[in-house]
Amino acid sequence: MNKRISLWRPLFFVLMLLVLYLPILILAVYSFTDATTIGAIRGFSLHNYVTLFTTPELQTMILGTLALAFGAAAIATVLGTLGALGAFYARPRIRSAVQTVNQIPVINADVVTGFSLCVLLVVVLGISKDTFIPLVAGHVVLCAPFVFLNVMPRIRQMDPAMYEAALDLGATPRKALSQVVIPQIMPGIVSGFGLAVTLSLDDYFIATYTKPATFNTISTYVVNATKGSQTTIKTALWALSTVIFAIVILFVAAMNYRASRQEKRREKEDV
Amino acid sequence: MRFSRKYLGIPYYIFLGLFVIAPLVVLFYYAFTNGSGQFTLMNFAGFFTNPNTLGTLLYSFAIAAVTTVVCVLLAYPLAYILATGRLRRKSGIIMIFVMPMWINFSLRITALKEVLTFLEGNLAMYPFLNAVVGMTYDFLPFMILPIYTTISRLDRSLLEAAADLGANEREAFLKVTLPLSMPGVMSGVSMVFLPAMTNYVVLDMLYNSTYIMGSLIGSYFSAYNWNGGSMIALILLGIICLFTYLSDSDEGQNNTRGGALL
Amino acid sequence: MEQTKDNANIIELKHVTKRFEDNGYIAVNDFNLEVKRGEFVTFLGPSGCGKTTTLRMIAGFDIPSEGEILLNGKPITSLPPYERPINTVFQRYALFPHMNIRDNIAFGLKQKKISKDVIDKKVKRMLSLVDLEGFEDRSVSTLSGGQQQRIAIARALVNEPQILLLDEPLGALDLKMRQEMQLELKAMHDRLGITFIYVTHDQEEALTMSDKIVVMSEGQIQQIGTPEDVYNEPKNAFVADFIGESNIFSGIMTGRLKVRFCGGEFECLDDLQEGTHITAVVRPEDVELVAPEKGTIRGVVTSVIFKGMHYEITIQSGKNEIVARSTKTARPGDHVGICLDPDGIHVMVAEDHTNTFLVDINKDYRLEYNGNVLDASLTKLIPGGKRQEDGTVVDASGETIDLGRLHIMASIQPGDIEMTDSEEEGLIHGNISNLIYQGSHYLYIIHTDLEQDFAVYDEDLWNMGDRVGLIMPVEKMTFSIRK
Repeated sequence: MNKRISLWRPLFFVLMLLVLYLPILILAVYSFTDATTIGAIRGFSLHNYVTLFTTPELQTMILGTLALAFGAAAIATVLGTLGALGAFYARPRIRSAVQTVNQIPVINADVVTGFSLCVLLVVVLGISKDTFIPLVAGHVVLCAPFVFLNVMPRIRQMDPAMYEAALDLGATPRKALSQVVIPQIMPGIVSGFGLAVTLSLDDYFIATYTKPATFNTISTYVVNATKGSQTTIKTALWALSTVIFAIVILFVAAMNYRASRQEKRREKEDV
Repeated sequence: MRFSRKYLGIPYYIFLGLFVIAPLVVLFYYAFTNGSGQFTLMNFAGFFTNPNTLGTLLYSFAIAAVTTVVCVLLAYPLAYILATGRLRRKSGIIMIFVMPMWINFSLRITALKEVLTFLEGNLAMYPFLNAVVGMTYDFLPFMILPIYTTISRLDRSLLEAAADLGANEREAFLKVTLPLSMPGVMSGVSMVFLPAMTNYVVLDMLYNSTYIMGSLIGSYFSAYNWNGGSMIALILLGIICLFTYLSDSDEGQNNTRGGALL
Repeated sequence: MEQTKDNANIIELKHVTKRFEDNGYIAVNDFNLEVKRGEFVTFLGPSGCGKTTTLRMIAGFDIPSEGEILLNGKPITSLPPYERPINTVFQRYALFPHMNIRDNIAFGLKQKKISKDVIDKKVKRMLSLVDLEGFEDRSVSTLSGGQQQRIAIARALVNEPQILLLDEPLGALDLKMRQEMQLELKAMHDRLGITFIYVTHDQEEALTMSDKIVVMSEGQIQQIGTPEDVYNEPKNAFVADFIGESNIFSGIMTGRLKVRFCGGEFECLDDLQEGTHITAVVRPEDVELVAPEKGTIRGVVTSVIFKGMHYEITIQSGKNEIVARSTKTARPGDHVGICLDPDGIHVMVAEDHTNTFLVDINKDYRLEYNGNVLDASLTKLIPGGKRQEDGTVVDASGETIDLGRLHIMASIQPGDIEMTDSEEEGLIHGNISNLIYQGSHYLYIIHTDLEQDFAVYDEDLWNMGDRVGLIMPVEKMTFSIRK
């Protein structure tokens, strides 16, 4: 092997890691100080974390974001799973029509999705944003197509004889679905749900166009805060960023651990 | 009537009809009517005669194009290293590059803004540069993942065959790996280019700029001008459709935004 | 269990037809069958012959488009599968991967809300029946193909079905395992006394296991009979070709118990009228090789293959190719004589392969088929027909013929059609759906784009599924009017 190449590779690798993580790491370090800008050298302090966990405004915002994410993801998971099941078993023409419409929110810009929903629900139908209906509907539109796309391949992979075997053994169609089909596409449903949660958490555009004026998600709150001049809130958000970063790392580590354990177990079983 | 699996989809079909198709129909209606509901092409003509809107379109296009190129230039070598390197536990390592996507983008951009401010001072001094940096920072993982997936699925024996037929490593890369990984690049491009044209909030956060396509909708929204906003949305939709059609990305590739989690 | 004593038939299919809604494809056509209680019946045929569709209609997964299915004399045609006392062993087993072995076997019993003790006992008994005692807590993925197969059988049998359906259950197993399972399934059938309906494309499997074989092709029953019947007395060339290896020749009856084919005259046991066109089937093991001067016909050995128990010897005799099976070897190039014992020759009336099809009359009053104008005279066809100045055609009474009411049938012999692989040539194109070697030529069935089947004789070997154009010379066609 060429020596030049073998050096170049890890270098680039590390460089990219730095590009992606340096800002977050720097922010994490500064969240433990009382500095208000990066670069200033100040003493250790936990006051950002105190602010983060004691300011009612921030707490409502975080809890509201989580409630919206899990609520919308739950609705999207039910709708998307049912849709994928129905479409899979429908005639080919209906199936391809549903798949096409399902792609619209996926490829469409979120700005357009959010704006068009706002025009229809708020302007045309006169539904108040304070009812949360436009916001929840918007987030379900954002998430459900991805649940559909996650579940569909699972259904496709499943031996079609499974469902028939259940019927053959005396299960009614409802039982066959709940006892045989659903458990087998469960991995797809779970990953669809997880994806739906992250999509909702990360959304800015749909929320801006459909949310009640007094309600904020993390995204809309942070965007407003960065433009404002309130430094206590600004630095408290550094703490928030660090907490989320820590949660993500823990989650990824846990998933990795589980995956490697499963792998080992599989190896054992094969022997 | 007896229960049939086909009927399970009906709630979702209704949902798609109400919240996906109906808004687009309304969008069409508003884009081609004026405030009092009469048919007009004014919104359409207005967009293409106003130097401000046209300028925004071109500027957004330029930002998106440069961002996409930068993303490809950074993501391709990285994805190549990840996919072909003799690394243990590749799935864990690719996770590291996907992880930023799970941190709320607004917090990531906040972090970037702090660092950039420290480096440059006033961010509005270099608007184009900072726009590209911000977008690249936000969208890079979307480019890495599809390219990585395509390269790692390439059949190793193709490279062995190329070597067997006398190609050296460079030739084998140029003539085998690169052309065969193009679908991944294309799907990455469609994951980055379109959001970069419309995601105005990144610029807004960095230096309060609204000089990008998406924010035009926002400005009409703030002014309660539904008709003008609808026309911009429609034009964006047109660009998206055109782009999607050109990149000919199929269902599986569009799923990369979702695939990121898996 | 409800049983009507006066009726020995457990299941009857009456004029059952299955037409698929979306493409109109007829998978099963006018299927009639009676199965006696306790019988082992096998549906045998190539893939796409409709055997699995028939099985699925019995199981209740597909509903017949026409006809009736009776279980113990009572119609169950559109009864859903979960209400039929019938269970299925699926081709790829369809064991539920998210359940352990116990839950898989108990699945059917749990649906019937049977108490847990009884379920446990039954599961245990079933596992010992299939020789997998103690496997209750294993997961499906840890089992070998053969073990999964046994679990699938146990899962079906534990419900004490009146009929057990088996859809190519041994297809995924290797040869040795397959032979073992054949014997075991047969033993299980004899012991339990349950009616088995078995689907396979493997003729050997069918011959080994069945009480009754239903040979199917293109959605239709070709022959129903015992294994001996279908092997020794095939009803048509298809059955002869499909079951065992055969030499198939076309020939003619030349006298009482005398038949001529392959350039020789042979004695036979079938009494058909002199002059009847026949198809003769000769099994390779019935071909006797003798010295050239002693044979009824003569030929040259073209190839010899050692097959373990015997040699397979191919002889070219004139335009015909004959395959013989012999314990004695020969060398390519040897001149040999061939003798056939009367009871080794199975004679059947030749199927009439004349192709008939409807042709159109276009607005210029010319005959047309598949958009191609045929160079044939319409006026000669119609008694007293005359072509007017304006191109229209009038009949003897001077009236312009009614295009809507006049139907012209064309017919052409299989030997007059030529096949081509060019897309430009040919009146119509289609795919080869069947081929049978008939000694001096192959008989091909071509399924055309207009959903018709054409029979064509051709000396060259084409492949199944090949797309071909049919060149049909107009001068070889005969036309007739049908009103």
